[in-house]
Amino acid sequence: MNKSSPFRLKVSGPNACFTRPEMKVERVSYDVMTPSAARGILEAILWKPAIFWKILQIDVMNPIKWESVRRNEVGAVVSARNAKTAMREGSGFLGLYIEKERQQRAGLFLRDVAYVIHAEFELTARAGPEDNVVKFEQMFIRRASQGQCFHRPYFGCREFPVDFEFIPKDASDLPAIAKTHDFGWMLHDIDYSGKEPMPQFFNAKMVNGKIDLRNVEVRS
Amino acid sequence: MGEAIKNRYEFVLLFDVKDGNPNGDPDAGNLPRIDPETGNGLVTDVCLKRKVRNYVGLVKGEQPPYEIYVKEKAVLNRAHERAYKAYDLKPEAKKLPKKEEDAKRVTGWMCQNFFDIRTFGAVMSTEINAGQVRGPVQFGFGRSVDRIFTGEHTITRMAVTKEEDLEKERTMGRKFTIPYGLYKVHGFISAPLAKQTGFTEDDLELFWKALINMFDHDRSAARGEMAPQKLIVFKHESELGNAPAQKLFGLVNVEKNCGERPPRSFDDYTVSIDNAPEKVEILEML
Repeated sequence: MNKSSPFRLKVSGPNACFTRPEMKVERVSYDVMTPSAARGILEAILWKPAIFWKILQIDVMNPIKWESVRRNEVGAVVSARNAKTAMREGSGFLGLYIEKERQQRAGLFLRDVAYVIHAEFELTARAGPEDNVVKFEQMFIRRASQGQCFHRPYFGCREFPVDFEFIPKDASDLPAIAKTHDFGWMLHDIDYSGKEPMPQFFNAKMVNGKIDLRNVEVRS
Repeated sequence: MGEAIKNRYEFVLLFDVKDGNPNGDPDAGNLPRIDPETGNGLVTDVCLKRKVRNYVGLVKGEQPPYEIYVKEKAVLNRAHERAYKAYDLKPEAKKLPKKEEDAKRVTGWMCQNFFDIRTFGAVMSTEINAGQVRGPVQFGFGRSVDRIFTGEHTITRMAVTKEEDLEKERTMGRKFTIPYGLYKVHGFISAPLAKQTGFTEDDLELFWKALINMFDHDRSAARGEMAPQKLIVFKHESELGNAPAQKLFGLVNVEKNCGERPPRSFDDYTVSIDNAPEKVEILEML
């Protein structure tokens, strides 16, 4: 057995932005959390090279609501070349001037979100002889139920922190919204196995507030 | 440089504004940001991070290891060629090590010299993923405790800008203020990420100072009187934390005590803090 039993984690927060890759300059969120964002949340709580999280289902607990925020952002990245020169020569100009690099960008974010993530993890090829499923299962349960995390998980962007709550195995399911909707093609996850990271998409169908990811067709 | 911090922290910062605009909305002609659904005011995370940067830049004179990467011109005009302490000259000498290692070294060097990169993280333009650092400090949006009301004031200036407007004698302008607003913002500090960027106890000390003092160095015509009112810090005994963050934030109760009257000062609010769970220490910094 190299697969954990399924876990449930309730996650909630005042805002979220699961940016659509086709609208990322002026960010527009997907209507619901993507599986890759859900994976990121779990990894913020527990991740080792020995394990790989698989999202089984996402339940949408709150009605989908929107909020628009425009902010001044910086449009440049730190120049590694300049940094290297300054390192070598011991002097130099570094730094970004916001007046020069300013970009005003609007974002269409979700508000008052809450989901239940159903997930399990599998052991990877990098698992050593001392790694086993039970050890990581216990570790995850302990961390998630005590509110421990490696870093604060977030809903898509770091300014949208996630509150999480572990749902014990014997607890009953929380009610999802009574909505059925086809969201169309949505990002499933990014495949890092090849040379270049490749985005993969799936047809996201919500049935009575639940998005089942167990047997979805994933296309890149 | 000291050692990286070893505890997880959360913090609640309460700050207020009197007759000012804490954060203008570029989408709404610089009106104070407002959540249209609830009427509560909003201050973005980046707005507060800017103030932290400005404060640290000011007190540390923008010198390494407290230099600020994302600068405002006004501060920068004073800055000149800067000498860095290059502690590691090897990367160029031996070209053999994998590029990833090289990238890590550059990132590490940037972390060491720049306070904001160490604290908030940065994206560096290396081809390799290691060029991206996540900082330990994370802010949420600040939201006002109660609904805010925006006042619009038309103001006049006894002069004109252009020659052809001379006969008009004066120009009219507009200014928006909130009579009073108490805002609450939640923050998170991750010890494991601090280890990755080298965010030390000294840095943390400086960060708390910045939160307490940053409004005092950010006076302007638009801001009015902004002031921190409370800084409540939750210190976990362990690196990963000892209690869920939302439970800790729930310990801080902010209640209006002025009845139906609109709040006009911090005295119109009562702040109480419940007892912390085991292994979490509450530090009232302000």
